[in-house]
This record gives sequence, C-alpha cells and structure tokens, in this order.
Amino acid sequence: MRSVLAFLGWRLGRALVVLWLVSTVVFVVMRLSGDPVPLLLPPDAPHSEILRVRAELGLDRPLPVQYAIFIGNTLRGDFGRSIHFREPAMTVVAGYLGATLELGLTAFVIAAVLAIPIGLLSAVRRNTALDHVTMAIALVGQATPTFFLGILFILVISLKAGLLPTSGRGDWHNLLLPALTLGAFTIASVARLTRSAVLESLAADYVRTARAKGLTELVVVTKHTLRNAALPIITITALQVGTLLGGAVVTESVFAWPGIGRLCVQSIYNRDYPIVQCVVFLSAVTFIVINLCVDLLYGVLDPRVRPR
Amino acid sequence: MASSIPASVPAEADFQTLPAERAGGGARRRQRLAVAGLAFVVALMLVAAAAPWLAPQDPVRQSLRARLVGPTLEAPDGRAHVLGTDHLGRDVLSRLVYGARVSLAVGFAAVALGTLVGATLGIVAGFRGGWMDSVVMTLADAQLAFPFILLAIGIIAVLGPSFPTLIVVVGLSGWVGYARVLRSQVLVLRSREFVDAVQALGASMTRTVLMHVLPNVVSSLIVIATLELARAIVLEATLSFLGLGVQPPTPSWGGMIHEGREYLDSAWWISTFPGLVLMATSLVVSRTGDALRDLLDPTLRGA
Repeated sequence: MRSVLAFLGWRLGRALVVLWLVSTVVFVVMRLSGDPVPLLLPPDAPHSEILRVRAELGLDRPLPVQYAIFIGNTLRGDFGRSIHFREPAMTVVAGYLGATLELGLTAFVIAAVLAIPIGLLSAVRRNTALDHVTMAIALVGQATPTFFLGILFILVISLKAGLLPTSGRGDWHNLLLPALTLGAFTIASVARLTRSAVLESLAADYVRTARAKGLTELVVVTKHTLRNAALPIITITALQVGTLLGGAVVTESVFAWPGIGRLCVQSIYNRDYPIVQCVVFLSAVTFIVINLCVDLLYGVLDPRVRPR
Repeated sequence: MASSIPASVPAEADFQTLPAERAGGGARRRQRLAVAGLAFVVALMLVAAAAPWLAPQDPVRQSLRARLVGPTLEAPDGRAHVLGTDHLGRDVLSRLVYGARVSLAVGFAAVALGTLVGATLGIVAGFRGGWMDSVVMTLADAQLAFPFILLAIGIIAVLGPSFPTLIVVVGLSGWVGYARVLRSQVLVLRSREFVDAVQALGASMTRTVLMHVLPNVVSSLIVIATLELARAIVLEATLSFLGLGVQPPTPSWGGMIHEGREYLDSAWWISTFPGLVLMATSLVVSRTGDALRDLLDPTLRGA
C-alpha cells in the first residue's frame, strides 16, 4: 500500500511540474505574440484610450509581475478576463466546452463500439478477405489527414449525396460527420491494435490449454482470449483521448463546430491570451489525469505490474 | 500458416503486426514494400526537383477566362487542364507538382531538425542519466501533455508564417519520439562491456557516443525518421490548411485544399486532387517506415 502511495505521489509531482511548464510556455508564447489592445479599439482611438485599456487589462506591468500574477491566478483557477468577450475566460470556455465534450465523447464511443469488434473479428477470421479488407481500410484511415477526411465527408456525403449538413451544431445530423472525422484515426488505431492483441493472446499457451479441454471457440475467444487482450486495448483506447483533443482543433475548424478547439484557434488570431491559456491548461489537465488513471487502471487490471 | 505461430511471444507487446508475419515468411514481402516505398519517395523528389520542366504550366499564372474549369483534355484557353483549374484559373496539376516542393522541403528539413534535437537529447539523457535525464523526460512529458497543434499555431502566430518558422515548428514537434526511443536504447548500451572497455581505454564521452553508441542506434534512427517524415508532411499540410503554412501564391497541398474548400460544391477537383496525393504520400511513407522497422529493428514495434 505504501509503495502505491509513493508511486502516486511521484506521478502527481511530475504532473504538477508538467502543468507548470505547459502554462509557462503558453504564457511566454502568448506574450511574445504582440499587443492585443490595438485589435480591441477602433483604429483612430486616442493614445490615452490605448493606455487606459492596457492598464485595465494589467498589460502595463513588467513581465515578471504579470507572470507572478498569472501563476497565482492559475492556481486559483482564474485565467483572467477574456480580452475579446469581456468576460472571465473560464466562463467563456465553459460555454464552448459542452460542444467539444459532445463531439469528443461521441467520437470516442463510436471508436470504441466500432473498433474493438472489428479488430476482434479480424483476428478471429485472420487471413480471410474480411480481415484483409478491414485492415487495409484501417491502414488508409490511419494515414488520412483529419482535415482532408472531413473535406471528403462534406464533399461526398453532404454536397453530392445531400444526406447530412455540412457544418454547425444541432441534432445528431450535425454531429455524425464531425464525430466520424474526429474518430477515424482512433477507430483505425484501436482496430489494428485489438487485432494484434487478440492474435497475440490466441497464440498463448493458456488458449491452447482451453482448446485442448474441449471448450467451444466462443468461450475460448470471449473468456480466455479477450480478457487477456483487454489490457493493451484499454490502455491505448484511453490514451487516444489525447489524440482526440488535438484532432478536435482541426475537426472543429473544418465543420465550424462551436467548441473550444475552434475557440482557441480564433483566440490565437485575436491574441486573446486568457482564453488560449485556459483552453491549453484544461487540455493539459485532462490529458494528464487520463494518463494517471490509465496507469492506475493498469495496476488494478494486471496484478503483475503492481508495485510491490 | 497458423500452426507456425511461435507459442512464446516476446514480452514487448507488438501492437501493429501479427505474430504469423513475424515468423520470417513476410521478410521478402517487406523488403519489396520498403524498396517500393523508397522508390515512391525518390520519384516524388524527382518530380519536385524537375517541377519547372514537368509542370505543364506556370503554377501561379492566373487566367480569368479559365476559372473553375473541370478536369478536361480539351483546352478552353488554349491550354489543357488535365486536373482542372482553381478559382483563379490556375492549373491544378501544375500547382500539385510544385506543391510537392513545399511538402518535401519542409518534411525533410523538419525531420533533420527533429532528428538532431531528439537524438542528441535522447542520447545525452540515456548516457548521462541523473538530472539531465529527468529534465529531458519532463520536457518530453510536457510536450506530450497538450495538443501540439495549439502550440504550433501559437508559435506561428508570434513569428509570422514563413518557410523557416514552419520548419522549426514541424521539426520541434517530433523530437520526443527520437528522444524516448534512443534514451531507452542508450540506457541498455551504456552498461554493455564494449562501452566500459572504450571508456576504460580513456575515450571521452563525446568519442564514446559518436564512435561506439551512435552506430548501434542508427537503424532505429532511420526507422523513426521515416515514420516522422510522414507525420511532418501531414502536419505541414494541416498548418497550411489552417492558413498558417507557406503563404499564397506559393502552391502547397494543404493550401490548395484550403483554397478549394470554398468551391467544394461547384469545383470538387481543387481540394480533392491535392488531398488524394497527400493521403497517398502519407500512406506510402508510413508503410515504408513500418516495413523498415520490421526489417531493421523489430524491437521498435509499438514505439
């Protein structure tokens, strides 16, 4: 038990250092990108007005002071007021978060529900036409750039076939294409991984024993193979959440999906630092927490890797 | 075939290839795949280099009379547009040929930069250990902790989109892959007798690393660099698609897809052809990397 706590403590400490590094890099990059104030005011605004707004946003203070304030506020979960929206950054981001969660979760669920059975079937029917075709599609899926897949979907399914809308957010009609676009890489990766994990497991001694005992193939596959193959599948599937976070930036831009990815890209153009910092920070926290959970899950699922 | 699967599978889980292929039967097929992939890359390089002679037309020459002409063998403005023209009447095929220059130039330069930075940091971290190792690995964790595309967009917004910026950003996006793999390999090599021996003979760290450690990790480097090339080309295209890459009127595949997006309904060919070429390049290069990995360095599977 003590070693588990020590392991947790070590991982948490590392996660905090990583978070500090991430926020510092974002702070530096965003401050280097120039003064946002001229973008906020009309071009003919008097100099005094520019100075007033700068002071209002705290941009007139020396950089180290700004940095200290930034770190202090971040620790309290306060990312400052959005320069563009004139509202607390957290409030703005929270308003866009729902759309991204909806998109990301749908993509994730589609991926898990489609990819794991595909991979399993492909492994059980290995070297058949079914296996070759699905794996070829998976390979192409992994190699296709997300944004081009989105364009292809819009072209073929929305514009030519007229089946689904090209952009925006509404009911499931709007959700399907972006979610498939975002999930495609994950579907392909998880399907390929499931296939190899199951194949690996099918070749193991305990499966031979199970077959020798005269168990049906169904029992062999579900009880003996899948359980042992579950570990790498769960790990990689969970880690794909990180890929989805990055992919959301591009997917949301292609489909004009009003989520935090698109918000962040627009905020970078607007030099709206607080929003960018908030989005990046939240993404990093999500990613780190998921990694941590995967590590812990590993210990729960596989007694062999538990720290002694 | 199934009976030849070795019962004792390696502890290092292989997530990409099935055990049957590992049994050696696929080696020749892999060799052919690797050779074909390299031939494709060389052919693409030749196309890029010979663009002025191969491209049927000037890639930036506009023609108002031939705007949004579909793929045709006829010649509406006295020139054939095999893959059609874009919204400014520029020849899509010619832009595609010239676009290979940007993809390959950024791809190779970025891979070179990533290799240099990643391999150096990885080897130093693995060889020296201690705080250097901790610093490098924490940096790697930090970079992997959030979507790099956001950082890339931020950096490009600061420095302004340009060729060198693009190379630096795409190059730095890839260093972690090299650093992690090389670190773990060097950690193992460090404790081998031949390293002790050359150090006992008085070789400096630099000499030990360059003359004795590096040759042992070259095959891994080649494999990672090939896989990184595919990633770099796609990242460059993604950034160009978002308007942050090479600026117009210089043709790039990602930029062409971006420009064609507005005209998807009326002129599908503007976005589709560069997209298909990009997809094919990404697929072939990453498959070449997979094949090279299986041939040169099977331990890297799943890395």
